[in-house]
Amino acid sequence: MDWLFLDAAFTGGSRDECSAKAGGACWAVIGERLNLFTYGFYPAAERWRVNLSLVLLIFTLFPILFEKVPYRKYALHIAVAFPFVTAWLLVGGLGLTPVETDQFGGFMLTLVIGITGIGFSLPIGILLALGRQSKLPAIQIFSIGFIEFIRGVPLITLLFVASTMLNYFLPPGVTFDLLLRVLIMVTLFASAYMAEVIRGGLQAIPKGQFEAADSMGLHYWSAMRLIVLPQAMKISIPGIVNTFIGLYKDTTLVIIIGLLDPLGIGRASLADTKWTGLSTEVYLFVAIFFFISCFGMARYSQHLENKLETDHKR
Amino acid sequence: MTQKPESVNEETKSAAGKYAVTMRDVHKWYGKFHALKNINLNVEVGEKIVICGPSGSGKSTLIRCINRLEEHQQGEITVEGIELSHDIKNIEIIRREVGMVFQHFNLFPHLTVLENCTLAPIWVRKMPLAEANAIAMQYLERVKIPEQADKYPGQLSGGQQQRVAIARSLCMKPRILLFDEPTSALDPEMIKEVLDVMIQLASEGITMICVTHEMGFARTVGDRVIFMDNGEIIEENNPDDFFLNPQHERTKLFLSQILNH
Repeated sequence: MDWLFLDAAFTGGSRDECSAKAGGACWAVIGERLNLFTYGFYPAAERWRVNLSLVLLIFTLFPILFEKVPYRKYALHIAVAFPFVTAWLLVGGLGLTPVETDQFGGFMLTLVIGITGIGFSLPIGILLALGRQSKLPAIQIFSIGFIEFIRGVPLITLLFVASTMLNYFLPPGVTFDLLLRVLIMVTLFASAYMAEVIRGGLQAIPKGQFEAADSMGLHYWSAMRLIVLPQAMKISIPGIVNTFIGLYKDTTLVIIIGLLDPLGIGRASLADTKWTGLSTEVYLFVAIFFFISCFGMARYSQHLENKLETDHKR
Repeated sequence: MTQKPESVNEETKSAAGKYAVTMRDVHKWYGKFHALKNINLNVEVGEKIVICGPSGSGKSTLIRCINRLEEHQQGEITVEGIELSHDIKNIEIIRREVGMVFQHFNLFPHLTVLENCTLAPIWVRKMPLAEANAIAMQYLERVKIPEQADKYPGQLSGGQQQRVAIARSLCMKPRILLFDEPTSALDPEMIKEVLDVMIQLASEGITMICVTHEMGFARTVGDRVIFMDNGEIIEENNPDDFFLNPQHERTKLFLSQILNH
């Protein structure tokens, strides 16, 4: 504790200045590099776009996560536009200065990859889980093949494929953005895990529920959406959030293909001669960031489980 | 051997329209197990049929073939004049007109009692919410539990849940109601409340096909009792003759077992 706060130096221009002031932690490195940790190499003049995206994110997430938000119904409709608006804000074009995605970095990069992965892996995972149980052989074989292949390969391998090998498979001259490729790979990877988690939930639904839905004349999709999936998803919440958290932390792996997430920024900072040897401070800071995000997700999943509990409320 | 009532085979084909359900030479196998053997059955509109028999005799399978929860492999089944085939459209049309009450209720645990009742009218019949709610409340009153409308099924007793399940089927205003052992999963003191509802329903002209061992119910409301064993219809008769004057050894044995315990 003393080291963390009482004896720590919070300002200073280098490690030497820190140790001259106090014997504890040198948090000045974080202060000095906070912008780098947050925005990566995003051009300073355009950082308002990242900030605005964050504000939009908060305004989109609240109505989705909590029921008691005013005008929730409208907010949910507007939420559909969020990915497009944010992508436009961050990448630019159409009136905004374009920013290359290799300038993305830091927490912003973590959030971009994490939220894209989380947002898209859930619906894709649901479709794969349903596909795996489908009576149509083509859909079933595709789903099983996809899930087993993606699950059988480490994420790092997929990221390498995304960063290097994909170019060999594409026609010459066709390239697409590295970040986009990473996003796709991370999403697919998480989808395969998500599918299996949701399949577990689907299998826990008693046969009678399907029969009751069928006997009413509900279509397959209505029965799934109204009866089976709400129950299956509820059962799967712990597994789904587990996958989310895993995915979120796996975003740090992008460091190996040259994208600078907070961990990458941290390592770069430590390479700076002014700040060498401060690894404890830097990694602790990054760890705290991840812990706050992940713990938040875990708490929310608890809240959701309690809210959806309808079995024994006598 | 199997005694078939005269009325079954003759006019079946031409007059399918006047019957609620017709089954002609229906066979079903589960793998190698022959679950239904040459079933012939005509159910008139408004008729109350009680099906009984030892467990594993195929009675549940038979009524589950009527709304295609089980698929028959041979023979012909028509419901309200529509033949059951692989055509999913036909199946969905038939299912709209055929309500089913299950042994284990199969209420949707994540929805309130009222939402259980309004789900199908809203999504299948495309009924406006207010109207669906009104109809649901009307039927919940009929089964005498309107005060439970906003509770979840898990908060109700078995008998109450089964009455909700009946109300849920009625909300679709079906022409035929299938009951698959509706009282078998209930404690004895709850059986009566469910039977009372069923007896009241029977007086209202809806076609009912009930798999049940409630012989009192069979005698009160049944127009015809069908006894099945080993996937075959062994005997069918009006309730009085069926109970007082059974024809077949297997029927006699079955009746002596369920009546003398």
